[in-house]
Amino acid sequence: MLQYVIKRLLGLIPTLLIVAVLVFLFIHLLPGDPARLAAGPEATPETVDLVRQDLGLDRPMSEQFARFIVGTVHGDFGKSLRTKRPVSSEIADRFMPTFWLTVWSMVWAVIFGMAIGVVSAVWRNRWPDHLGMTLAVSGISFPAFALGMVLMQIFAVKLNWLPTVGADSWKHYILPSIALGAAVAAIMARFTRSSFIDILGEDFIRTARAKGLPEKSVIAKHALRNALTPVVTMMGLQFGFLLGGSIVVEKVFNWPGLGRLLIDAVDMRDYPVLQALVLLFSLEFILINLVVDVLYGWINPTIRYR
Amino acid sequence: MPEALSSVVTMTAMTREVRSPWSEFWRKFKKQHIAMAALAFVVLLTLIAILAPYLAPFDPENFFDYDRLNEGSSLVHWLGVDSLGRDILSRIIWGARISLTAGFVSVAIGLVVGTALGLLAGYYEGWWDRIIMRLCDALFAFPGILLAIGIIAILGSGMANVVVAVAVFSIPTFARLVRGNTLMLKHLTYIEAARSIGASDWTIVMRHIFPGTISSVVVYFSMRIGTSIITAASLSFLGMGAQPPTPEWGAMLDAARSDMLVAPHVAIFPALAIFVTVLAFNLLGDGLRDALDPKIERG
Repeated sequence: MLQYVIKRLLGLIPTLLIVAVLVFLFIHLLPGDPARLAAGPEATPETVDLVRQDLGLDRPMSEQFARFIVGTVHGDFGKSLRTKRPVSSEIADRFMPTFWLTVWSMVWAVIFGMAIGVVSAVWRNRWPDHLGMTLAVSGISFPAFALGMVLMQIFAVKLNWLPTVGADSWKHYILPSIALGAAVAAIMARFTRSSFIDILGEDFIRTARAKGLPEKSVIAKHALRNALTPVVTMMGLQFGFLLGGSIVVEKVFNWPGLGRLLIDAVDMRDYPVLQALVLLFSLEFILINLVVDVLYGWINPTIRYR
Repeated sequence: MPEALSSVVTMTAMTREVRSPWSEFWRKFKKQHIAMAALAFVVLLTLIAILAPYLAPFDPENFFDYDRLNEGSSLVHWLGVDSLGRDILSRIIWGARISLTAGFVSVAIGLVVGTALGLLAGYYEGWWDRIIMRLCDALFAFPGILLAIGIIAILGSGMANVVVAVAVFSIPTFARLVRGNTLMLKHLTYIEAARSIGASDWTIVMRHIFPGTISSVVVYFSMRIGTSIITAASLSFLGMGAQPPTPEWGAMLDAARSDMLVAPHVAIFPALAIFVTVLAFNLLGDGLRDALDPKIERG
């Protein structure tokens, strides 16, 4: 097991390196001169040169890359061009709201998605299945931002049950996490259903039924446990989707999180923030995928030695 | 006597129904009423998009009805008027053009490039495979929309760049799918037979392996269009795609946000347009999957 984890970690190195190079090249690919951007529109050519030296943009590329890697390892991404604060503290302020939003969306999406999937599989081709799958296909077809706007209009504006924007209390989390999690719940439902249907056709299920076990324990004990393996993988993949989706939902609900920081950074061409965020998001995504792979290897040892 | 025999053979061949892969597919697809309805809707929507200049009752960008700002449905403006006095129906009709083009073109680019890379990686393996799959891993390391935002930050905002951005993140999925199929197909006996009679690599790949990957590629293509339409609309909603006054559905929703309290209908109709369109493509994809490749994963 440990060997497998180490092998997987080593396997990450080429991917991480490519990602680091891409993110590093990113500022050099951005249109316009980064020093000019940092100095501001009214700066004289002398000031721009000074800023260039200050940012180290006049050094050879190899040295810049080395500095970038060292800085990244130390968590130093420079200063935001917009607020002049260190990028790391900008990100630290915004991290938790996005983190909790993602986690809550995932939690309820998994619970509802799996429940719908199991119900649909057990009552296959009957009305609960049709209802569940109609909900699911609608869920993947409704864009998160549109769903967010509709939910806000109904529950916050018309009914006045929940707050509209901000992230001050647990009530603020309800609508955004529904908007963000709906698509994931839908995908989980479809996926659980098909994985459950495959399992219900297996021999050991027939054996369990044949020896007279009540249907409830066949489903809860024999089928559910075995159907979980692919569902866990799917869950990990969807985390990346949530990270991306949070960018859109945060705009709708004016959420003080990383997504909005990213949008502002793109608008303002605040490249140090942009660079750090792209790196952070992709790192999170890679780590989650690793955890899923390890979990998968732990649940199903046969794939470990491939 | 040989003549009589051959005519008998022809007779039996004639009486038996010809079962080409295409007719087999159509026979299965036809039975799925929901998918057929979705197909009909997609065709209708495509016609609407093509005929937009003749169908839209008003100019989507330059007609302003100042007397009816934010007014709801009426006989003149079937879906109402937005905060600048523009006819919402006309804007949605023109928006169909933008969204369908964006969805279709971006996935088509992803399909062509991704399939080519997948065939290359799967058929030659070795270094081709390693390099292409590493690149795909790196692209997969960014959550889809983030990659698109990064690309747009480099290229600048605009619908053409959104198409490029969405295409780039469709490439690795197609590449992986086709590579997997190629790896599986190339060890089958008929490929070996083709190679042993001296067929060139090009002939083997294009005539014998590529057709075997088509069905899963087609299913993925239709599923991907829905996702791409949502992504393109999301990017416009974030202000990175189509710019106002372009009647793009996501951009229309963004513009409607400020007037949600007084005029929710301005937001509801573009939201419905996105929903129904994406739903149709997803249902079509489900139907295609069931007819072509029941083994392909859902999701």
